[in-house]
Amino acid sequence: MSAAGSAPGGSRARAAVGVVGELLVTAGLLTLLFVVWQLYWTDFTSGRAQAAEVDQLQSRWATSAPATPGTVPTPGAPGAAPGVAVDVTPPQGDAFAIAYVPRFGSGYAVPVVEGTGTSDLQEGIGHYRGTALPGQVGNLALAGHRVTYGKPFNLIADLQDGDAVVVATATQWFTYRVQSHEIVRPSQVSVIAPVPDQPGATPTQAWLTMTACHPMHSARQRYVVHALLESVQDRSAGPPASLAPVGQG
Amino acid sequence: MYAWWWRILPGPWWVRLLLSLVAVAAVVLLCFEVVFPAVAERLAINDGTVDGR
Repeated sequence: MSAAGSAPGGSRARAAVGVVGELLVTAGLLTLLFVVWQLYWTDFTSGRAQAAEVDQLQSRWATSAPATPGTVPTPGAPGAAPGVAVDVTPPQGDAFAIAYVPRFGSGYAVPVVEGTGTSDLQEGIGHYRGTALPGQVGNLALAGHRVTYGKPFNLIADLQDGDAVVVATATQWFTYRVQSHEIVRPSQVSVIAPVPDQPGATPTQAWLTMTACHPMHSARQRYVVHALLESVQDRSAGPPASLAPVGQG
Repeated sequence: MYAWWWRILPGPWWVRLLLSLVAVAAVVLLCFEVVFPAVAERLAINDGTVDGR
């Protein structure tokens, strides 16, 4: 601290070294603080906000349920599956559905938000703009964080073929069943093509594709899961049987 | 640096300690609200989307 008694040159050098050392320690502490913020704080705040959004959606749907006009199935119309609940693309950033994945735990419920921007993915699972809406023929493409910001796709690698991915909208439940997974480069957009991995092909089925970072904590690759629509159920019929808890196997 | 900080603070040791804690809290708040979100945006260590870039 004070080397007042020694030679002025030496003490100045020692003071400079001391300041540099303190700056380095400070930088280290700030880096550590960043890691804590990124891994735990964003997870905590986003997780809480997402749970609140799910509650809000559910109460809004519950109160508006009687007034909801019956969705009109438009057989034959291109891009329409039996009973499409959301037929207008929601504004970017709006939560319009809730995703349930029994494999991720019985309490798992995360809002699905329109768009895959940074802020959208902090609010829940992001719906790639322009891809199919729940129940539609084509590919309902969803992106989610595997770590941080509520980490909705934390356990994506635990999904097994046949596992249910359920998407609830204001009027319906859509049960998708996992068919396959793949690990791809981040530039491989064909995984979210209307027919997964077949860009340009005309879709005849309703797919759901989930993308998350891979390996964990890295942006080097993407973990991708494809699922196929199995059943559609009106909200008034209650939660589908596919929501039943699955064993940890 | 920290010695200098301690020297310029007024009052007895507990006032200095209190002021230091307030300063630390302010720095943490600034980091959490402004600095870290901006840094995270650039790092994108957890980007889960596919795109054509």
